[in-house]
Amino acid sequence: MSDSVVIVGAGQAASQLVASLRSEGYAGGITVIGEETHIPYQRPPLSKAYLKGDIAPDRLFIKPPDFYRDAGCTLKLATRATAIDRKARSVTLSDGSRLPWTKLVLATGSRVRKLPLPGAEDPSCRYLRGIDDVDALRPRMVTGARLAIIGAGYIGLEVAAVAVKRGLKVTVIEAAPRVLARAASPQVSEFFEDEHRRAGVDLRCYVRTESIDRVGDALAINTSSGIVPADIVLIGVGILPNTELAGDAGLEVDNGIRVNAFAQTDDPDIYAIGDCANLPNSFALQGRVRLESVQNAIDQAKHAALAIVGRPRAYDEVPWFWSDQYDLKLQIAGLSAPQDQIVVRGDRASRSFAAFHLRDGTVTSVEAVNAAPEYMMGRRLIAARARVAPERLADRAIPMKDMT
Amino acid sequence: MAKIKYIEHDGKEHVIDVQPGMTVMEGAVRNMIPGIDADCGGACACATCHVYVDSAWLGKIQPMQEMEKTMLDFAEGVEATSRLSCQIQVTEALDGMTVRMPKSQH
Repeated sequence: MSDSVVIVGAGQAASQLVASLRSEGYAGGITVIGEETHIPYQRPPLSKAYLKGDIAPDRLFIKPPDFYRDAGCTLKLATRATAIDRKARSVTLSDGSRLPWTKLVLATGSRVRKLPLPGAEDPSCRYLRGIDDVDALRPRMVTGARLAIIGAGYIGLEVAAVAVKRGLKVTVIEAAPRVLARAASPQVSEFFEDEHRRAGVDLRCYVRTESIDRVGDALAINTSSGIVPADIVLIGVGILPNTELAGDAGLEVDNGIRVNAFAQTDDPDIYAIGDCANLPNSFALQGRVRLESVQNAIDQAKHAALAIVGRPRAYDEVPWFWSDQYDLKLQIAGLSAPQDQIVVRGDRASRSFAAFHLRDGTVTSVEAVNAAPEYMMGRRLIAARARVAPERLADRAIPMKDMT
Repeated sequence: MAKIKYIEHDGKEHVIDVQPGMTVMEGAVRNMIPGIDADCGGACACATCHVYVDSAWLGKIQPMQEMEKTMLDFAEGVEATSRLSCQIQVTEALDGMTVRMPKSQH
C-alpha cells in the first residue's frame, strides 16, 4: 500500500498539518475529513471581526480552495469519521466507505458544551462555534434587540462587546463570582467587568441560570436574581474535546486524547493535535495540559508533521492566547496556577497594564491588556523560566527590555 | 489586483497578485510563501509576520498604530523599514511593492 496520511478534522490544526507535511517534503497521499461543509477556517474572528461584519467569509479561510488541490490533498467535507480500525489501519466514514492510512491524525477539535437546562433546547438559544452559527446569529443582532448571554468566558464577552456597540440591550449572566474566572486573574477579571459595565452591558456574576421559558416571540430566563427577558439567548459555557472516536478505538483518553511530545497517541501510528489532545507541557503545573488555542493547533501540527516525515522534534512551547474586546487587546502567555503570586504592572485606569504571575519567584504567566512590551517580554521570561524580583516587575520606570 | 513582490531571506522571489482589501500577510500565507508565519491570523497578537518594506513604498502604506509599533519592538532584526505585514492593507496604490522577509520570525 502506498504511504498516506488521513487527517480527521478540518480546522486550524488540520490545515497547518497539510501545509507542514508538504513543506517538510512528505510525498504520500493526504486526505482531510471534515464534518462541516466549509474548507478549513479560522475560528478566532468568528466572535470578533466576522460577527461585526467587518470581513467576508472567504477571509476566514486559512488557505484558498486551490491550495488543497495544489498540495495534492483530498478534502472530504460534510463527512464524519465514524470508527477507526487499528488492525486494518483504516477509518470508516459516514458515507459507509473505508479509507486506509499509514498514519492517522486526529484533529477532531472540540464542540460546545450544551447547557443542560429546561428550555435551553429552544431554537432561539444559540451557541457560537462555527461560521454557520454566526451567519444565523448576525441578522438577529439588530439595534434594540435584547440579547442575553449565559457565560462570561471569552466567547460571551467578545459577543457582548460587539453587540452592545451595535445598540443591543445586552445582559450577561455568569454563575462564577467573576468573569473569565477560568482564564484570568481576579485583577484582569475586575478590569473587564468595569469595561463591560461602562459600555452598557448588564453584567450579573454569581447568578445561577435555572430554566428558560418561551413567552410569545421572546424568551424569559429564570435566574437566581430574577427573570431576564430576551429576544436572543447566546450560550457560551465552554467546549468539550471530541475524543469519542479515539476512545472507541481503545486509545488512551484523559481530558483529551493523550499524546507524547511528538503528538503520538499510545498507538505510534496515530497522532492527535489541537483542541482534542492532552499533551505534555513543562510550563503546566501538573506537567500535562489540554489547550484550546490557535497557537497550540499550529505548533502541534508542525511537530506532528516533523514526526511523520521522520525528523521528530519534541514540542514544549509557552502557550499563548488573545482576546479582543472593544478597543482592548488582551494577550496572555504561559499557564498560571491559583496559588501564584500576582504582580500588577501599570495602572488599570490607564487601560494599559499587565498582571504577572510568579511561582517561587519564577515568572509563569503574563496577562497583558493593551501592553505589548509586557506580553512580548513576558513570553521570553516565561520561556527562560526567569526569576524576576516582583518590585522590579511592578516598576514601570524600568523598561521591559531590561527585565532580565 | 496589486502585484506584491515577496523576497525570501535567501533571495528567492515570489510575485503574487493580491486582492485589494487583503493584507500583505494574507497574500503570503494564502500562497504558501515561506518566511511569514502569521500564527495569530492577523490579529496583531504574535509578531510572526515581520517584513522589511522597500523604502520607496513606506510612505504609501498606512502608518503604524501603537500596538504594531510595540509588538515590533520585540521582534528579531528590526530595522527602520520593518512592519508587521498583517497590518498593511493592500490597495491598488501598492501595485509593484516589494517586501523582504527576515531570517526568522521567532
